[in-house]
Amino acid sequence: MDKPHSGGEYRYIGKRIPPLDAYEKVLGAAEYTFDLEIPGMFHVKLVHSEYAHARIKSIDYSKAIRVPGVVSVITGRDIPYRVGIYVGDRDLLAIDKVLWIGHPVAAVVAENLRAAEKAAELIEVEYDPLEPVFSVEEALRENAPILHENLDKYRRLPAFNPKPGTNIANYFKLVKGDIDKGFAEADTIVRGRFKLPYISHAYMEPQVVIAWYRYSGDIEIWSSAQSPFAVRSLLSLSLDIPAGKIKVNVPYIGGGFGGKAGLGWEALAAMISRHVGFKPVKLMLSRAEQFKSAPVVPGMVAEAEMGLSRDGRIVAYRAKFLFDSGAFADYTVNISRTAGYACAGSYDIPNILCESYAVYTNKVPTTALRGFGHPENHFVLEHMIDMAARELDQDPVKIRSRNLLKPGVSTTGTGVRLREDAGNPQLVLERISDLLDWTTPEVDPERPWVIRSKGIALSVKGPSQPPNASSSAIVKFNEDASVDVMVGTSNFGQGTVTGLAMMVAEAFGIPLEKVHVKPLRSTDASPYTWQTVGSRGLFTDGLALLEAIEDAKRKIKKIASQALKVDEDHLEIADGKVYVVGKPWISIPLEKIVMGYQFPDGTSVGGPVIGVGRHIAGLTTYLDPETGQGNPTIFYTFGGTGVEVEINILTGEIKVLKAVQVYDIGKAINPLLLEGQAIGGFVMGMSRALYERIIFDEFGSVANPNFSFYYVARAKDAPDNYLIEFVETPQMDGPLGSRGVGENVMISVPVAIANAIYRATGVSIKELPITPERLVKAIREQRPDLFEQAFKAYIDSMV
Amino acid sequence: MATITLKVNNVVRRVEVEDNEILLDVLREKLHVKSVKAACWRGECGLCTVMLNGKPVKSCLVLAVEADGSEIVTAEGLSGRPGELAPIQKAFIEHAALQCGFCTPAFVVVAHYLLTKTRGKVEREEVKEYLSGLICRCTGYKQIIDAVMDARKHYGGEG
Repeated sequence: MDKPHSGGEYRYIGKRIPPLDAYEKVLGAAEYTFDLEIPGMFHVKLVHSEYAHARIKSIDYSKAIRVPGVVSVITGRDIPYRVGIYVGDRDLLAIDKVLWIGHPVAAVVAENLRAAEKAAELIEVEYDPLEPVFSVEEALRENAPILHENLDKYRRLPAFNPKPGTNIANYFKLVKGDIDKGFAEADTIVRGRFKLPYISHAYMEPQVVIAWYRYSGDIEIWSSAQSPFAVRSLLSLSLDIPAGKIKVNVPYIGGGFGGKAGLGWEALAAMISRHVGFKPVKLMLSRAEQFKSAPVVPGMVAEAEMGLSRDGRIVAYRAKFLFDSGAFADYTVNISRTAGYACAGSYDIPNILCESYAVYTNKVPTTALRGFGHPENHFVLEHMIDMAARELDQDPVKIRSRNLLKPGVSTTGTGVRLREDAGNPQLVLERISDLLDWTTPEVDPERPWVIRSKGIALSVKGPSQPPNASSSAIVKFNEDASVDVMVGTSNFGQGTVTGLAMMVAEAFGIPLEKVHVKPLRSTDASPYTWQTVGSRGLFTDGLALLEAIEDAKRKIKKIASQALKVDEDHLEIADGKVYVVGKPWISIPLEKIVMGYQFPDGTSVGGPVIGVGRHIAGLTTYLDPETGQGNPTIFYTFGGTGVEVEINILTGEIKVLKAVQVYDIGKAINPLLLEGQAIGGFVMGMSRALYERIIFDEFGSVANPNFSFYYVARAKDAPDNYLIEFVETPQMDGPLGSRGVGENVMISVPVAIANAIYRATGVSIKELPITPERLVKAIREQRPDLFEQAFKAYIDSMV
Repeated sequence: MATITLKVNNVVRRVEVEDNEILLDVLREKLHVKSVKAACWRGECGLCTVMLNGKPVKSCLVLAVEADGSEIVTAEGLSGRPGELAPIQKAFIEHAALQCGFCTPAFVVVAHYLLTKTRGKVEREEVKEYLSGLICRCTGYKQIIDAVMDARKHYGGEG
């Protein structure tokens, strides 16, 4: 983008600008789908399975239908469709068989929610129980009960590889070099087994959708969904309705974090609307349903081994990831694929074998969460590196430095030469260790049972998307030379929309107040974008927008050229005017151009100015089905986290004292909002590290479906001391040189905390969350001497 | 059924309610006051917090009939002048103390109460403790706490 006419400094780009939608939000005036009502709409309440695996013998709703206000009861047989983004394995309501406790088996439709809730309790379902499987290990056993007998019949994208006749929803393998030769050459081998629990996205606005199937066959949807175009395309594919007859509206979204990507409950709501006489219906989940019926975040078990030379070179890395996808693997197949292809993280490892599975179990279905596949594979890899460093008696920073990918030189795990402009991982590592003040652990002299320690972990992340994912953008001028920016990318607080508006204000030299980005996304009024996921929004939609800006500029110059009788290439646009290059005293304000120019005699030329732009992924490929080799992503963002923590050896309590976040994002377009991402991502990662897990009881039922027993970090838990830095190695084909970062900011947080514990104590924690009881148990098992010593110090301090 | 009277953001409203109906549902569904949000309906997330006769309460834990005759203020009524912002709301904007914005109406109500009650004389740790009844999943809280600390000067404190 041209820098502005005067001074050569950016006026907006790089400045700390508050989010443009903040005014509406602090007043509570921003409208979410949660707030929307349509006159005459019905309300839906779901009835859930009480068995983890069973055939439905009968559903008796004779009592329910008699509750005053109840309109209808719908069961799976009424609407036998399958939906999904990557694998179409989801039913709308259970068809003949239930697959988890919480599986919706019927929907009650009523004039008001209270009637629907009352009636839902009166529905009697008889089941014929089947043997359930609750863990990936059980599900992979020979002769294990099979959840999806028709796995081979489901629609799926070619990137995925299910194994019909088993519970394997996807298998992915990454092969680079010669793994056996690599391990044969290794001087040292470290091994580990890791385990991550099921967790909840805990976005604050529950999943909610209003659907209206009209007599004409047109469907209109309002949804708290990240990706209106994906919702439209998946509705069209799975319900066999032309895309042009479906309109999906997305107003403000109360958090998503990946949990509202792909398709939510829109297909169910649409079919219910048709079933009740083409009337609008609203379906909103309760918080308990968000834990028990809505897709949550998969658990994982992993085994890994890493071979190193004596001097600390990683020569071989083998890992196997088993993702517990629950009853549906719709999106989780891509989590398993991504964890596999990105398993080598930021490192140049010559010999790699990573296998990754998504496995069906009789538990709540799962989906994407911020950075999916990466928090999981980095938790394994980045801890293995610290284990190797200890084994070889080397410094964790130095061993990382020795193995980092070198842009322009190294090939990645998927066999792609890393571009020269992909970022500066060495500088990232250096900045983290400098900001963290990488010193050796200290014991608190006042309380010798408390140790302060520092840990680091790196991360690298690009969007995991289909190789042809695309975006588009429109800049449309108004009479006052203000601009309506139309993009498909959704706004759930990431800051993208503000960044895009800043780019437009900068390009035309107009005040930011004259750039309008409406909150509503709608498939018939907004330009297309594939999805708002994967930290792609500012990158892909930003590139489309820059092209739209150039298009509008061309059109403006063409009109101005006729008005000023000057060649188009002698004109430039800045400060809200069109200037003649070198003669800035000759200019026309944009107001006189953007609706067409009128000469003094009344004749006119040109017309309203609308700029159009687009972006498509371009050079990304499908990955080879045998080896996983290929180009999976449009950019890589390198970064990492450093933490200083206080560890109480006796109680197992951990307190984060300092957090360092460094990311090479190419260009910091809005540092204020970037810091918001870095801090928000840190706390989400810390909460995952220390508190969060969904607990299943012995019957497979969620035992903690609420915020009392599923604890998420609160203000009192949050650190105050942050050191955040953005390295700016420009990405040549990024918008203003920038790369995406919204997910990367949480990827390495849990493992950095685990590494800090390991560094001070030698106690290796390979399972989250690191609760006080888990940590004390681990200390007493792995370092009984340390515990005894701390205990003695504590007793001595009392006397 | 009972008829209750509420003064909501300076407007007197009379509404028929069920005996077991909660204030949250009456505000959102019967009076269409959408500046009150909710995320758990059981007193854990704090997002349905409103000012009830000058004190913050979680409106999901109050029966509507209990609130009869009371005055209710939400985020949109915080400054007392429609469309104008209370100092804490301005501070939230300046500090970018919000992302998705769904929890924001509750946070500004609670923070405004704390600052008013203490006349801006409150320390960082107290602010953190006080706001811990509410959940924000996006921001990581730091900018929210910074905004509250910065707004102290407008409530009589040092800022």
